[in-house]
Amino acid sequence: MGTPAAAIRPGSKSVSRLSGGDELARAVTMLFALAVLAVAALLIFELWIHSSPAKEKFGLGFLSSTLWNPVTNEFGALPFIYGTVVTSVLALLIAVPLGVGAAIYLSELAAPRLSSILTFLVELLAAVPSVIFGLLAIFTLVPLMRGYIEPALKKTLGFLPLFTGPAYGVSYLAAGVILAVMTFPFIISVSREALLTVPREQREAALALGATKWESTWQVVVPFARLGILGSVFLGLARALGETMAVTMVIGNNPGIHASLLAPGYTIAAVIANEFAEATSDMYRSALVELGMVLFLLTIVINGLARILIVVTTKKGSARA
Amino acid sequence: MKTIISAGIVALSALCAGPAFGQNLNGAGATFPAPIYQKWFQEYKTAHSSVQINYQPIGSGGGISAMTEGTVDFGASDMPMTDEQIGKLKVRPLHFPTVLGADVITYNLPGVSGALKFSGDTIANIFLGKIAKWNDPKIAADNPGVKLPSTDIVVAHRSDGSGTTFVFCDYLSKVSPEWKSKVGASTSVTWPVGLGGAKNDGVAGIVKQTEGAIGYVELVFAVQNKMAFADVKNAAGKFVTPSFASVTAAAQASKDLAADFRGSITNAPISSYTWLLIPSQIQDAAKKKAITDFLGWMLTTGQKDAEPLSYAPLPAAVVAKEKQQIAAIK
Repeated sequence: MGTPAAAIRPGSKSVSRLSGGDELARAVTMLFALAVLAVAALLIFELWIHSSPAKEKFGLGFLSSTLWNPVTNEFGALPFIYGTVVTSVLALLIAVPLGVGAAIYLSELAAPRLSSILTFLVELLAAVPSVIFGLLAIFTLVPLMRGYIEPALKKTLGFLPLFTGPAYGVSYLAAGVILAVMTFPFIISVSREALLTVPREQREAALALGATKWESTWQVVVPFARLGILGSVFLGLARALGETMAVTMVIGNNPGIHASLLAPGYTIAAVIANEFAEATSDMYRSALVELGMVLFLLTIVINGLARILIVVTTKKGSARA
Repeated sequence: MKTIISAGIVALSALCAGPAFGQNLNGAGATFPAPIYQKWFQEYKTAHSSVQINYQPIGSGGGISAMTEGTVDFGASDMPMTDEQIGKLKVRPLHFPTVLGADVITYNLPGVSGALKFSGDTIANIFLGKIAKWNDPKIAADNPGVKLPSTDIVVAHRSDGSGTTFVFCDYLSKVSPEWKSKVGASTSVTWPVGLGGAKNDGVAGIVKQTEGAIGYVELVFAVQNKMAFADVKNAAGKFVTPSFASVTAAAQASKDLAADFRGSITNAPISSYTWLLIPSQIQDAAKKKAITDFLGWMLTTGQKDAEPLSYAPLPAAVVAKEKQQIAAIK
């Protein structure tokens, strides 16, 4: 391991021992990093192998077919992809303004004591298991949706196709709302950290130039923390895409594509969790595994888009500066 | 150091293997009968300390796969294996019915007291979406004297793959040709209408919360949760209230059970067997003896555990036929 040549030279002994330690640390940590890669590779390999019967039978049509029939062994992924994307987007539409707003308050405007108490509570919320949120949703959110929110939406915005059909309570909307509740602690927590790392001088400079507190926050601090805030949004999105238990409890588990947000739907993670244990035919299992692969790819694509977005906006930012 | 390690290994292996020269059997499969299977295996161990049976309730599909891959000594399923599935196994499996489970139709219709009555055809049409209102003439015809509201019917079904769904759809396939051709029977199907809830409590949740809802749950679950459930018309044209006794009676009367025990009961109450899947050839003589002994015990002493755990026991005729099948294990 150590280089004998270096060890012979007097005086450099301790240095060589140190550099040997560095190499060892490097090798060990590299091994750890590679292990992560290996897990990802193994995951892709397994998904690929086990989904091959479905891939062979349905080809690319799997992605565009809306049929999901375990009896005749005909499977398509579109309703599940649609449900996953719709609920996640809904969740972000609700959670991002709420979460970023709350983070701004906690880091910039709130009294320090209040801020630390609220932050603690938010972090507590982030640690609640998803099935608890699911129960909350079933017993409070769904009856609220059915009794008040959905009828109100139908009455006021019913002319839009988004808010039509019977109000069952279980719906894309209910799933989107519970996902928003689950993701926004993450968004608050990470955004707040990002806002706190903005140097004091930035705020002071803005204030010195005559900006109000809000102007300095909104025009200087928030743009400075933009990357961290975006990161928080994608962390939230990742949770929304993969969430299983809470979603399946409120989405109605209906493999169809409906324009109305009040209609029941289905997501990829939910259908896998629901049907895998009792999937009796090989083709059925294979189709479920392929759905898993689709979710994996969907996550990669969305993460890739996120990276591109970050690169593009960062360039813009530096150009403006 | 070395002695500590080897001592540890000895202790560990003792823990894993249980008593010396004991017979270990491993099984996996259906979740619906898991409570009674666990009780049986535990009781059997108490009576026969040399036999340790381990059971993993991973689902019927998982049980059949494990049998196909040969990773277990026996499987368990809520759905009989298809010819195609059997074809994939090196050793032909034998189906041994263990207990019966039943599905009931539960509903939420405020203002209607007493159990509603349904004929099979009406149930099929409701779940096909062809009967959409509670005051439909077909429902009214089965329930003379009951004032039915014009509420919309909201169908609730299981979203997870389950033996309960198989039993229900298998029944509908037998009473309705249209159901058979359009939907069929499996552990999960493409539902023409309705909302999916996970597990019995998911369906029960939708039914309890939604006025006008109708769904199916296991009899056990409905009894334990004091839910209203309907009488169902049997093949003889009589309305039968689902109960453990009526399930066993229907099974006794049913002539549909095939010689290899694959198949179900057409008669109301809507019910079905759940099966242990045992290889028809077992090389290891000790293992074979352990399995056949257990099956014999399960068909006699074991059946007494059924009702306290809310399963319907096997009818005597089936027990007698199964005893003959034990001899077929080579």
